Parts: sequence; C-alpha cells; structure tokens
Amino acid sequence: MTPQKTTPRRGAKTRTGSGAPMVEGSAWHTRVAADAPVLEVEDLEISTTAAPTQVIVSGVDLSLRPSEILALVGESGSGKTTVALAVLGHFREGLHRTAGSVTLHASTLVDPVEMTALDREVRRGLRGSRVAYIPQDPASSLNPSMRVGEQIREVLDIHAYGDDDAARAERVRDVLREVGLPDDDAYQRRWPHQLSGGQQQRIGIAMAFAMHPDVLVLDEPTTGLDVTTQALVLDTVRDLTIKHRVAALYITHDLAVVNEIADRVMVMQRGEVVEVGPVEQVLHDPQHPYSRTLIAAVPDLAGRNKIWEFEQRRRAGEFDPAEADDEPAESTANEPGTGGKEARVEVNEPARTTEAAHDDGVTLSIEDLRVAYGSNKVLKGIDLELQPAQTTLLLGESGSGKTTMARSIAGLNANWTGTIRHRGEALERSTRRRAAQQRKAIQYVFQSPYSSLNPRRTLEQSLSVPLEMTGEMTARQRRERVGDALDAVRLGREFARRRPGDLSGGERQRAAIARALVNMPEVLVCDEITSALDVSVQASIIDLLVRLREERGMTMLFVTHNIALARHIASRVAVLQQGVIVDEGTTEEILTNPTADYTKELLENAPDL
Amino acid sequence: MAASGVVLTPLQRFFAQRQAKVGVALTATIVALALIGPLLLPWATGYTATEFADQPFRLTGPFGTDNLGRDVLSRFLSGGLTLITLALLATAVGIIVGMIFGTVAAYTGGTVDSILMRANDVLLAIPQLVFALLAVTVLGPQGWVLVMVLGLTHAPRVARVTRSAALNVINEDYIAAAEMYAVPRWRIIVREILPNITGPLTVEAGLRLTYSIGGIASLSFLGLGLQPPAPDWGLMINENRIALAVQPWGVMLPVLVIALLTIGTNLIADSIARTFASTKVSEA
Repeated sequence: MTPQKTTPRRGAKTRTGSGAPMVEGSAWHTRVAADAPVLEVEDLEISTTAAPTQVIVSGVDLSLRPSEILALVGESGSGKTTVALAVLGHFREGLHRTAGSVTLHASTLVDPVEMTALDREVRRGLRGSRVAYIPQDPASSLNPSMRVGEQIREVLDIHAYGDDDAARAERVRDVLREVGLPDDDAYQRRWPHQLSGGQQQRIGIAMAFAMHPDVLVLDEPTTGLDVTTQALVLDTVRDLTIKHRVAALYITHDLAVVNEIADRVMVMQRGEVVEVGPVEQVLHDPQHPYSRTLIAAVPDLAGRNKIWEFEQRRRAGEFDPAEADDEPAESTANEPGTGGKEARVEVNEPARTTEAAHDDGVTLSIEDLRVAYGSNKVLKGIDLELQPAQTTLLLGESGSGKTTMARSIAGLNANWTGTIRHRGEALERSTRRRAAQQRKAIQYVFQSPYSSLNPRRTLEQSLSVPLEMTGEMTARQRRERVGDALDAVRLGREFARRRPGDLSGGERQRAAIARALVNMPEVLVCDEITSALDVSVQASIIDLLVRLREERGMTMLFVTHNIALARHIASRVAVLQQGVIVDEGTTEEILTNPTADYTKELLENAPDL
Repeated sequence: MAASGVVLTPLQRFFAQRQAKVGVALTATIVALALIGPLLLPWATGYTATEFADQPFRLTGPFGTDNLGRDVLSRFLSGGLTLITLALLATAVGIIVGMIFGTVAAYTGGTVDSILMRANDVLLAIPQLVFALLAVTVLGPQGWVLVMVLGLTHAPRVARVTRSAALNVINEDYIAAAEMYAVPRWRIIVREILPNITGPLTVEAGLRLTYSIGGIASLSFLGLGLQPPAPDWGLMINENRIALAVQPWGVMLPVLVIALLTIGTNLIADSIARTFASTKVSEA
C-alpha cells in the first residue's frame, strides 16, 4: 500500500485505502460525526530492547477526539516524549513496544490502523499527512538551505496533495494565511534565518497543518519563545485545531500553557499516568499527590503558590520529620512575597541581614553601562543599584541585553563602558584585571548546567578551582569547603567524586551554584539559571536561593524572562527592554502598578494558572 | 534513561565493532613480529652465503636468500623494529607540536589565530615527501632527522584538526567559568580544553601513525632511511626489487607487512572515530 492521495476538506470526497470513495454517510463520516476518538492508545508499554530490559512507559491509556487538545505533562524523563513519538509510530533507538496498542482512525482509511505495527511505507504515508508533528526547536527543524515556501510545498509534494501544481501552490498560500503569516511570493522565498523564532515556529505549524491532519503531536513548541510570541503561537494552534477538527497531543512541562490551550491534561510520572482529567479539575483540584506538588511548584504572579513545597514533599521521605517540619514554617515567614506579605518581610529583613548591615549603602552600583557589538547597541546606558542582602529580578525577553548585562557585571565580557562599583570601588572591565577580593565577592551562575561544568572533571575538581585561584587554602581546607558547599546546595558531599555526566540537570545546576558559593560571595549573579530546568526543579532551586540569601545575606541579581518568578524570589524588579531599563522598583510596585507599557504588556501576557 | 547496565563504556563500544577487532589483531600481530622477530633469527642478518645467492627455497630459510646471499627471513624478522619505532616517534612529534599550535590558535583567537593558521596553510602546501627528501639530503639519513621531518610535516594537519575541535569546546560555559576565576591560560588549555578533545586527537593520532609508517617506509625505500647493510623493510623492497621475478619473497614479505600494518592502524583510527561519533549521538 502506498500513501493515498487525499482531497483537502473533511466530509468532501476522499479516496480511501481500498480505493472506495469516502462520502457523507460512509463509515468514517458517521464515526467522526459522533465524535468518536481519532486516536486511541491502550495499555501502552514501552521498554528498552537491550538486556536487562527496562520498562520506560507502562499502562498508558488515552483517546483523542477531533478538536480536542490533550496536554501531556511531566518532568524530564517521565516518558511524555516517548509516548508522543509512539503516536507517530516511532520509537527512539533502543526502545520498542512491549504491550498495548496505538490505534489511528485516519480520515482517509476505512479501517483503523495500528501505528506501531504498520508497514514502513504505509506509516510514512500517514506521518505528516494524517499524523503531524511539530517539534520543539523550529530553528533546527527547518532546513536552513531551503526557502520556507518550498519547505511547506515539500510536504504537499511528498503526500501528493491535490490534483496539480496550482492546487498545491494555493494550499501553501492558504496555510500561510491560516497561521497568520504573509502568503505572498516574496515571503515564501525567504530563508528560515530571515524569520524570527515565532515566525519559524509558525512555518513549522503550517507544515504540520498543510495536509489537514487528523492528529497533531506538539512537542513543547513554545519553549524557546517569548511570552508575547508564545501567546500568539498558542492562539494559532488553538484556532486551527478547532477550525479543522484536529485532535492534538500537546507535550509540555509548562502548566500555564496547559491552562491556556488544553481541554484535558494527563500527568505522567516515571513512565506512568498518575492523573487524567479536564484542565479545570486537574489544575485546580488535583487528586494525585504528585500532580498536587507539581502544580504547587508553578510560580505565579500573585506569589500564592508555595513553590518550595515540591521540594519539601520530595524530600519528605528521605529526611527526618523534625527537619522536614521546621523548613516550611521558616520558608513561609521568609518568602519575600508570600501573598503580598511585603510588610512582614520588611520587618524580618533587618534581623536577617545583620551580617551585611555594617555596609551602609549599595553593594553594587551600575552607572551608564553601555555595550555595543559594532553598530548594534545592546545596552544603552543602564543605571541600577543592588541593595545589600536583597534579590533584584532583572526581567527581559531574549535580545533585551539581560545576559550581556549580567556578564558585564561578572567581568565575562570586557567590551563595556560605564562604571560598575562594588562597595563604592570601580571595577575593572575584565575579571582577570580585577582584584582577587573582587573576584571572590562577585560570583556568576551560568544559564545552562549542561555546559557550565567540565564533563571530564569531578565536581570536586571543578568546584576547587575558585579556591585554588585565591590561593588562600590548603588542599584539605579546599576539600572541606567544597564539601560544605555541596551540602549547602543539598547535594551532599558524597557528590564530590562524581562527574557532571552522572547528574541530572537540576543536580548539575546545584553543583554550579555550589561552585559560586565556595568563595562565600557577597553578590550572586544568576543568569536564567532555571530556564533549562523542569518547573519542579526550578521550584527547589528557587527555594535554595531564597534560603541561601537569608542564611548568608547575599545580594542577588536574578536574571530571568519569567515575570511570574518575581514574588517568589525578589524584593525588587528591574525591567529591561532593548537595552534600556524601562521600569524599576519594589516587586510590589512593579507588579501592581507598573509605569512602563512594556511591563503592563508582560503582565498581561504572562500565562497564569 | 537507559539502565547503567545497558550503557557501554567507550572501550566496549570500540571493541563491539568488527573492524576494530581486525585492526587491533593485525596491528598487534605485526608489532609482535617486529618486536620478537630479532630474537628468532635463523641466521645473522649480515650472513652471506654466496653459493646460495638468488636461490629460493634452499638450505637457509624457507624464503631463500637475496642477491647478496643473505637470508631473507632473517632480514625480514629483524627489519620491522626501526620502522615501527620511527613511525611512532614521528607521530608523537606531529601530535604534540600540532596540538600545541592548534589549541593556542583556537584559544587565543583574533590575529594570533589568523597568523598561525595562514602559516599553517603555507606549510600544508609543501608536499610531505619532497620536504622530507630535501631535509634528509641536507641533514643526512639519520633516525632523528626522519622523525623530526615527518613529525613536523604532520604537525600542520594535526593543528588544523585540533583547532576545529578546540573551537567547539571553547564556546562551552566551563571555559568562561575558568576565565572568570582567572585561571592561568595554559592551565585552561591543559585542564579544560585538552581533556575534552582527546577523542578527535586520538583519531588523528591513528591516522598520522598510518601515514608515518608509509612515510618512513617510502624514505627507506628511496635509500634515505637506514643505510645498508642494516635490515629494514623499506630498504629490503628496494634491494630486492631487481630480483623480483626470480626471488619474489624479498619484496613480497616487507610489502605485505607494511600494507597490513597500515590497514590495521587505519582500521583502529576509523573505529575510534566511530566510537566517538556514537557517543555524540547517544548524548544528543
């Protein structure tokens, strides 16, 4: 059997696998009319092929009806992508189906088909036409050496859409309009690199919708996008699934996105489904303890969610009750913005910051900071002061210059002009020129924990480097200090001998934070350190940072694109837009009474539960 | 996601390939032959028995004698050690020099990188063998000259590979972290960069070894390596080629082992490359 030629509109005359015309009143039409599921997954079990066999996913049941969006949520490693790929009849190398079935009721076929047991050719005919896939990263999924119009056209050519070239050309224009992009030839002749991330993702969506698929699998399609762009992309997906009666399986770890787009949610944990239900019910009244903690880990604008609870619950089994008991109480009192308890925090603040109190005035002051790459001005005169023992949230979308600013403070790029003062003393531009004491005082944590630790060295070796460079300690003292730092980030000193490869993303980031802590810094610059991590891991990292700031009276600059984190970690917020700070003040001021339009826009677009 | 029992170590992945096993077996056999050979000589290598000259399958060894009446088997067994030693040394020189220039160029960047790499391009344009001939003619056919000449002609090629491998590593944040802590630059190269490019360097070393064996053998064949009457595979081919029709063994034996040895080292290099390539796939 070869891929069948299909005509575009549902209900229209469609050729089936056996060649019989598919018209109104046919078996297929009746089924869809009754909103029978187009996709059914029953008791799916997926295991590794190599011995010893390990079950990766087990007992997954799901069914999708036309126009319905089912969100599949879970942490990394929970098996959500494995399930989604199984819907396409695909298994990553080393995995195979050991039980259950994935049944597709394709609109072009009379009989339902078992996706995982199909002939290769038939399955290929169904992929991209009946079951479409939208990958996570549009930049790497589009062919950089092919014009965007051609890439959409290619899908139609492969699946032999329509009767002639004109029909296909018309469909390319249609689908471009549907995803909200210009349909003219000039636009179609653009290369992927000439489009923004959001536009690239919409090209990906156009490719997926081109063949009028029955089922759509979306693998975190908005992860790399700004909130504003994300909102647009989500709207597009939502509209198109309803308009074309497409059933969608939406994989994400972002529960706010789920709330925005999905009808039902399925929560997965360690390869098993722990809860399924309508969005309203699962997000607002979760039944399973895991869903409850997962939802509690989501940062919210109001700061009501006790996101540290996730960490408590996760650790509850591993730690003695006394410790587990006193932690929540302590954190509640100290959370900077727990439910608008700013006043209480203010009262607590002096007591906790005695260590830094001898230093009256600002810890770090930035005056007229400018950075330009050629004619491209990244930072256009930044003025900002970091108050002792306070966390300032530096908020900005990608391209706003927030990372450049953080790196300039840490001395990682030396091409800035202006003045950065640490305790009144102007800092040299490059870290190598700064005094050892200044290097010790200002520490920086990188965004990606997958790149910030040398894979060939043990944590002890990597974490000792900052201490070796100050040259103040013996090898034994260094080992002791590294162990203390690993304890402080709750990894435990037994991690000292391990290498990054054995660690999860969250563990790596903790180790990276530990490296920044070994020198007992005054200022900690955290550059998007939770953006690569799961929401639950983010929650525990945020919890950790809040605690560390309290214990050590550290001044923190927390760089992020996620405004929802503000009340959970910061007492002040600075909003950066295209190299300019457009809004600055206490968290409360900024969130309740923003002055800049941009901040208002960010607040409006922030997805919330 | 896979269980730790399923994950293979790089060494296991290397030996999981059939070509790796073949390569190691070939190389090991020939290296063993070259090492043990000199201990098993039926006759002294310089022994001349004029009455048996050009007589295959007579009295002396199973492979007869050469035109000077010297036992072919004896000369064959003792002729490999110098070749392999010189090839290994030349490879080591090439890798070390190339690695230093490659990492320094990549890490320093800017003008230094440009100058080093353009100079590299100029060196690459000089044919390896012609340069070797020139140097040996000027400096004389001595072992160290062969090693240095071949090693230095390898160096620009190694430098180029090292530089491109190092460029990938240099953009990693752990290099920036080391910079941030003001770690001395040489230490960043030694501790942070080099350990992370051992993969491509090992592949390159295998490839360079293959070329070194070929190179040393060629120079010996041309009479620029070991001088007669010393036994040497490359030299043997030249000495015996005039009698190829009547006494093929004097040529065949050294040609065969040199070919098998280069095939063996090449298979090993290729298997190492595949081992590292599969690591990358599984991590992605």
